[in-house]
Amino acid sequence: MDKTVLTTLTVNGRIVTRHIPARQHLSDFLRDELGLTGAHTGCEHGVCGACTVRVDGMTVRGCLMLAVQANGRKVDTIEGLSDSGEIADLQEAFHRRNALQCGFCTPGMLMSAQELLSSGPDATRDEIRAHMSGNYCRCTGYQAIVDAVEEVLASRRGGRK
Amino acid sequence: MKAPEFSYVKPGSLGEVFDLLNRHGDRARVLAGGQSLLASLNLRLSEPELLIDITGIQGLGGIAVSGQMLRIGALATHRQIENSAEIARHLPLLAQAVRNVAHAAIRNVGTFGGSIALADPAAEYPACAVALGATFVLAGRGGERRVKAREFFRALYETALQPGELVTAGEFPLAEAGYRSVFLELARRQGDYAIVGLAAHARVAAGRINDARLAFLGAGSTPVLAVRAGAALEGRALDAQAIAAAQATLDEELELPADLYSSRATKLHLARVLLGRALVALAA
Repeated sequence: MDKTVLTTLTVNGRIVTRHIPARQHLSDFLRDELGLTGAHTGCEHGVCGACTVRVDGMTVRGCLMLAVQANGRKVDTIEGLSDSGEIADLQEAFHRRNALQCGFCTPGMLMSAQELLSSGPDATRDEIRAHMSGNYCRCTGYQAIVDAVEEVLASRRGGRK
Repeated sequence: MKAPEFSYVKPGSLGEVFDLLNRHGDRARVLAGGQSLLASLNLRLSEPELLIDITGIQGLGGIAVSGQMLRIGALATHRQIENSAEIARHLPLLAQAVRNVAHAAIRNVGTFGGSIALADPAAEYPACAVALGATFVLAGRGGERRVKAREFFRALYETALQPGELVTAGEFPLAEAGYRSVFLELARRQGDYAIVGLAAHARVAAGRINDARLAFLGAGSTPVLAVRAGAALEGRALDAQAIAAAQATLDEELELPADLYSSRATKLHLARVLLGRALVALAA
């Protein structure tokens, strides 16, 4: 029963082993220990979505997972998704449609959007809005974000990426 | 804010969990999905010394039909409930309700057992469990016992769980022939805490509603079964008068405490609207 736990996790394909304080949530670990500052801490109680990362293929609130709970698991951050090219079409659409201004919400938006695009390729605009409602944006007014996601959904459905 | 310092352990058996709970009492908290617990720690609403992670324990998950009953393991996630063919078929009320639980990232991790044990007054599953006549399986050092959902939710965040006990599963009778379910919830934003919600389950035949179990969430400290509304409908043809008669009973039966956003009058109005919509949907 320790306040610090030896933890091994895979982050963007690289195996990482550290003694991690039990109290440190995954977002803080990724940001402070690994320098992966793409995930942002907004509310730290799960409602704003800015901390959203991917664990074992599913989106997760980084602020609501202890880093030690990621032991043995596979974590993907926005850096990994971006570097691999997995969301290149989403990023391009966000850019072209002005779906980001300050960029604080953007990594979380892209994470959530990518999960919808992978799991619900036939989503309607209303379904896109419902899915993305877990990510707050203070700048854009959301329409451009929904437009970008809708556009990429259609283009991926059409077989072009 | 950051969580206070605590120790962490991930036991491999229920026996170890019970020993730890016995040793540490209320200085320890059980961690499963953590989607409510970790938020409360980050907000410093509680400061336990120890978190006991139960996600490594075998036998606490799963969604399976067993005879005339569907068992949902405490560690079943909202995502698994959402994707479950058995639940879609046998417990459509839950299948509808789960879509209102927070957002995708939280549904991926949060658990059925966590929602039941926390018993938030705006939670979806407690109301569904009451409407469907479910039973919860509780386990402790002394063994296992079962408590009906209607008796499980006692007061605000207070359940029948004794110190040292865990919810290990929910047992739901399979929906009988002729019964229909409608789950409705009103929130300011998709995924927000409900202002008020309704889990409705009734036998519908030839435009008449029987055995209506109408469980409201967000209407009091615990789920409230609107017994008088159900009685007002029993055996009646569902017309505008029957709906109005049922709606008229809600003022007395539902507490509907006012909060920062809604007066009691607003909540009462919304509860009546939901009841009207649910009844129309049931009889459609």
